[in-house]
Amino acid sequence: MDFSFSEEQQQLQDAIARFVQGDYSFERRHKILKSADGWSREVWQGLADLGVLAMNIPEADGGLGYGPIEALLAMQSAGPAMLCEPLLDSAVIATALVRDFGSPEQRAELLPAMGSGERIVVLAHTEAAGRGQAVWVETSAKKSGDGYVLSGHKAVVSLAPAADELLVSARVSGQPGDAEGVAVFRVAKDASGLALKPFKTLDGRRAADVVLADVKVPASSLLGAPTVSANVAIDRALDLGLAAVCAEALGVMEATVNATIEYLKTRQQFGQPIGRFQALQHRTADMLLHLEQSRSMAYLAAMHCNVADDTQRRKTLSAAKVVIGNACRFIGQQAVQLHGGMGMTEELNVSHFFKRLMAIELSFGDTDTHLQRFAALTQRDIPLAA
Amino acid sequence: MDLTFTPEEQAFREEVRAFVREKLPAALRHKVVNSLRLTRDDHVMWQRTLHERGWGGPGWPKEHGGPGWNAVQQYIFEEECASAGAPRLIPFGIKMVAPVIMAFGSPEQQKRFLPDISSARKWWCQGYSEPGSGSDLASLKTRAVRGLDKDGDHFIVNGQKTWTTLGQHADWIFCLVRTDPQAKAQRGISFLLIDMKSPGITVRPIITLDGAHEVNEVWFENVRVPAENLIGEENKGWTYAKFLLGHERSNIAGIGISKREIERLKRVAATEKKNGKPLLEDSLFSAKIAQIEVDLMALEMTNLRVLSDEANEKAPGPAASILKIKGTEIQQAITELLVAAVGPYALPYKAESESDEEGDIGPRYAAGLGAHYCNMRKLSIFGGSNEIQKNIISQQLLGL
Repeated sequence: MDFSFSEEQQQLQDAIARFVQGDYSFERRHKILKSADGWSREVWQGLADLGVLAMNIPEADGGLGYGPIEALLAMQSAGPAMLCEPLLDSAVIATALVRDFGSPEQRAELLPAMGSGERIVVLAHTEAAGRGQAVWVETSAKKSGDGYVLSGHKAVVSLAPAADELLVSARVSGQPGDAEGVAVFRVAKDASGLALKPFKTLDGRRAADVVLADVKVPASSLLGAPTVSANVAIDRALDLGLAAVCAEALGVMEATVNATIEYLKTRQQFGQPIGRFQALQHRTADMLLHLEQSRSMAYLAAMHCNVADDTQRRKTLSAAKVVIGNACRFIGQQAVQLHGGMGMTEELNVSHFFKRLMAIELSFGDTDTHLQRFAALTQRDIPLAA
Repeated sequence: MDLTFTPEEQAFREEVRAFVREKLPAALRHKVVNSLRLTRDDHVMWQRTLHERGWGGPGWPKEHGGPGWNAVQQYIFEEECASAGAPRLIPFGIKMVAPVIMAFGSPEQQKRFLPDISSARKWWCQGYSEPGSGSDLASLKTRAVRGLDKDGDHFIVNGQKTWTTLGQHADWIFCLVRTDPQAKAQRGISFLLIDMKSPGITVRPIITLDGAHEVNEVWFENVRVPAENLIGEENKGWTYAKFLLGHERSNIAGIGISKREIERLKRVAATEKKNGKPLLEDSLFSAKIAQIEVDLMALEMTNLRVLSDEANEKAPGPAASILKIKGTEIQQAITELLVAAVGPYALPYKAESESDEEGDIGPRYAAGLGAHYCNMRKLSIFGGSNEIQKNIISQQLLGL
């Protein structure tokens, strides 16, 4: 067993950490969030120059061909900066989907452009009634002439306003909740019938509800590699995203715990640093327990997100999301509490950590959803009668 | 032992319920039950409505224009108002400074200030906390120096207060100020009433993590305060402050609010779907609601026991701390489940949570929930953090 990272991995981690420390200060992020777009193309290009956007692209497609461990390191290092650019959405999830499920032509057209930062692609998949279950797709795709007509409503699609094009999942057959019958389509942002209702989320990012009212797309927009089903491809891309968001959460939680420890050492009350009070010491110790358990699960998730055995992979990722979801809530809430009134203010980073952790907990299926999925998957392992 | 309310108390409950049902405008109720932000006018309107009925100071004795209710009646009144979706009474005038003026103010001060409080003609805010003081209230530094000149006896106040809730609306502020810097921490403090229009006062907003402007910093730069605005004796302010904090505990458990919020949670969970079925039928989710409900039942019973002890003039012990800790934990737990119930639709941010108009993102009832959850994190921090409340409990238990 070896939990150390290679020199190359270490360098990647350091490069991103340096980049966000240098180019993504709290003030810079604040300014970017207040701008009309709410994200920065300049930062995006900076990330491209670092190679981060090409990390999940195979070398054959002009990328770096890294694996999930490198994604973990990148997301963890970027975590404390709480990037409002679509790193997770485009460079991890959409890239994985195009890579694993695109035709050779689609790969050739999209992957180099995504890796270089020229083209931003976001998967519009989640629907309100799905509550984080990947199979829940009500959006329909009906064959029409030599193309398809898409109708439906995608909920709270993170960073959709930043995208040049969307990958939209839609049902070609079956009912919502069915494990098969879904396809993925490339949809240009200016497609007729496509409406984005953009908004800010609590953590300051941009998202949109995506409404498809009879959007006509040509057959060539259908993503497809003949060997995998779209459901499996989406599931795997979302699992990579889940592992990546767990890594991001780890980075945010590390920063949150550090900021809290610093505050406990400096804030004086009743004539001493408040960190001298045992009640607060024990609370901080509990935060650290959550953090280390989360680190373990983030590693485990990264190591499992490419496992071919669906049950094994889903079980592990759900377990990671449960442990990390609970930790996000505990660490976020306690950091605010231990900062007292100051923790409630917009002025301190800790309140922004709190909101990002809250958003992460609610994304990719919340804690309850994954606890139930884990229970369903593990209870199958046990013989019910002796 | 009798756990029921008397027929008189039941009749009183019906009277309050009928009044609130008749007088509370539907639009205002809608805002309250959906955690949308209330304006100054909303609060003033409701306070005036109560005042016209003679209920403007629900905890006040008759001699000062109150209804003269006992603790149980006050409890019933607050519970009924909260469950009906009435705005909470802004406590700074009615529940904080007014009892101090009644107990320690001069007859002139009582005549001058009290009527404007119950009728909402004047809005009060609190000047206790200072940057760096937090729960260590007695460490406050705002300085008031007494002097006499041709314009009379006065104080000159310099310093800074913080976390001044709704101070942007206030006409008056009651302040703890240090009048004797040589005395031991709690001995040199005085209780001053200050007109917010006095030259030298600056109010600066603090934006909280839910994006709202609810609290403020208040700066005093050579603010002249007539000595007639001193409550009681100079340097005795700590006594009055402690008296005030004791009064703060009426309705501290927020039973009525929590009952209303649980109903809302169930409404939301009955509408939201999971696997095509109402979320309320999801066993994990419904078990979480049930856990909160049983905790609330226990807290309500504890609260009633405290009221009964008060009526029998038994020493309350650390009751206020218990009610505060459990009450705020329950309220916060409900906001967590509300957020979980709407999932990602808790994330779209509505500026100031002022409206939930149609055409917005997600279901209407989701509009204020994310910000509300964030805002409610304050409950375990303000009014003496829950950690401080636990210190109080353990000090009383251990006596060490």
